[in-house]
Amino acid sequence: MTETKAIIQLTDVHKQYGSDGITTKVLHGIDLTLQQGEFTALIGPSGSGKSTLLNIIGLLEQPTSGIIEVQGSKTGLLSEDELTAVRGRSLGFVFQFHHLIPAFSALENVMMPLMLAQGRPTSAQRLRAEELLTRVGLADRLDFKPGKLSGGQQQRVAIARALALNPPLILADEPTGNLDTAAADEIFKLLREVNQDSGTTFLIVTHDPRLAGRCSRVVELVDGRIVT
Amino acid sequence: MRIEWLLALRFLREGRAQTFFMLGGVTMGVGVIVFLTSLITGLQRSIIEKTLGTQAHVVMRPPDDEARRIIKADRSLAVSANVERRAQRLSSILQWQQIMRDLEKRPEVTAVSPLVAGPSFAIRGSATKSVALMGIDPERYTRIVPMPSFMKEGEFRVTANDTAIGIDLARELGVTLGDKIRLQTADGRSETVTVAGIFDVGIRDLNRRWVFITLRSAQNLLDLVGGVSSLDVTVRDLFTAEIISEQLAGQTGLTAESWMKTNAQLMVGLKSQSASSYLIQFFVIISVAFGIASVLVVSVIQKTREVGILRAMGCSRRRIQRIFLLQGGVVGLTGSLLGSGLGALLVTFFAKTAINPDGTPVFPVVLELNMFLIAAGVATITCILAAAAPAARAARLDPVVAIRNA
Repeated sequence: MTETKAIIQLTDVHKQYGSDGITTKVLHGIDLTLQQGEFTALIGPSGSGKSTLLNIIGLLEQPTSGIIEVQGSKTGLLSEDELTAVRGRSLGFVFQFHHLIPAFSALENVMMPLMLAQGRPTSAQRLRAEELLTRVGLADRLDFKPGKLSGGQQQRVAIARALALNPPLILADEPTGNLDTAAADEIFKLLREVNQDSGTTFLIVTHDPRLAGRCSRVVELVDGRIVT
Repeated sequence: MRIEWLLALRFLREGRAQTFFMLGGVTMGVGVIVFLTSLITGLQRSIIEKTLGTQAHVVMRPPDDEARRIIKADRSLAVSANVERRAQRLSSILQWQQIMRDLEKRPEVTAVSPLVAGPSFAIRGSATKSVALMGIDPERYTRIVPMPSFMKEGEFRVTANDTAIGIDLARELGVTLGDKIRLQTADGRSETVTVAGIFDVGIRDLNRRWVFITLRSAQNLLDLVGGVSSLDVTVRDLFTAEIISEQLAGQTGLTAESWMKTNAQLMVGLKSQSASSYLIQFFVIISVAFGIASVLVVSVIQKTREVGILRAMGCSRRRIQRIFLLQGGVVGLTGSLLGSGLGALLVTFFAKTAINPDGTPVFPVVLELNMFLIAAGVATITCILAAAAPAARAARLDPVVAIRNA
């Protein structure tokens, strides 16, 4: 494991919305590199472009201009289907509102990325999901539907799901945003553990300066520019 | 189970009320189609059976006598003549035995029966009735018209001495089994026969006029020794009768008339009945399709967030589309099964309540596997097509917007 291996590299990324005169510039020339194993906080006031940047890094949105490289390969010329495949392979998402699929149990939600990658459920996937849920402390909640879990528990399931395919990079958008302080601390601790145990790179969008302070690196975005 | 199936089935199970309404729609639709189809098929089949109970599928007759000019026109002679159509005398089919043997060899022909038919009087005491002599070979004729099944009294025994007459003629002449009647033709030939059977074919005109005698007796009475006036033919497939009759006419030089021509009015009636039933079925299918499509559109909107999450986790657009198409297909297939049951139940119930005074059903229920398969196939395909627009809409969802707005 070399410390300098770049998981993702953004070069002069611009993003503007709208066309025909009325345009809103959201990102102004972002240069950002995330090295393997980094645990980075992305902070900034509302409207600074944090979510847009996260979506662009997550390959959910295309930049207006600029280059994005995921593990050394440029993504600019990839088709929608190819982007979807890279997303499935290289990226895990943890959303603020956890976004589990209510019709499926905790176990099945964690299996979902694996099932999507392999086309069908297998017993190996089940074992992997059990292992992940045990790791996030939900060994006794495997067959619970999301509706029967607390906010913190749901977010743990979401983290387990993000880890399912063992992606090199996990993007978390306000993962503790709607949790109380105690639960937020727990979740943060869990993310940090995963980072240290597996060397997974994290980019965490947060409002909470307390949490940001506990990250190894802080990137601050103001008016679409990186200031630190 | 593939992931698409897992997701489709789970989404259906989760959207209970919606799934219920969609299933209800398809069930009703298929039920109506099965009910209508079996009702109309049953009715039409019974009408055709009744009509053809006393008719051959194809009747072959000698060609009409043509008036011919004696003087032929040539280059030096112009002929002006008013040629009248000649009166058609009773004539025989030439070489009828040979033609009959040839007809019997054809695979599509199931039975051939020679007939000598002509006018006559039936006389008993002072009663004289105009009748139609039916000179037949009983064994062959009953293969075409099942006379023994129409017998009210006695049996269908037609010999040189015995005859079978209709129930109305028997009443008019006041005869019962064992009584004798005299048959006399216009030119004075006559024969006396004993009534051995009285039949009721369900058509009053025939019950009043038909008198069955042997081929030989009829040939004698009608002065058609060795000849027959027509050949009755039945074919394997009823509805090919017209085509076959044209072929037979072309090959034998005789005139041939199919039951479809003879009963043209009936055919028009049956065809328009079928057409109106198809029209109803078409609109039933369309309205089911609209119902499915509108429910699925709502379901796609409700599932926006799930679709967004799946897309973010690496689920392709095509897979999202398949998930929603599958929901349509599953609803279509399940609804068809339920609907087939419902339709079968309805038509059986209907047939049980609609009975003749004597307890027999007004029409036979026709429940054929084919009909169910076609109805299920059409319903399933319709549902998948109806799901196409909602599925395309789901596939087009932008994951960012889907996740943010949900």
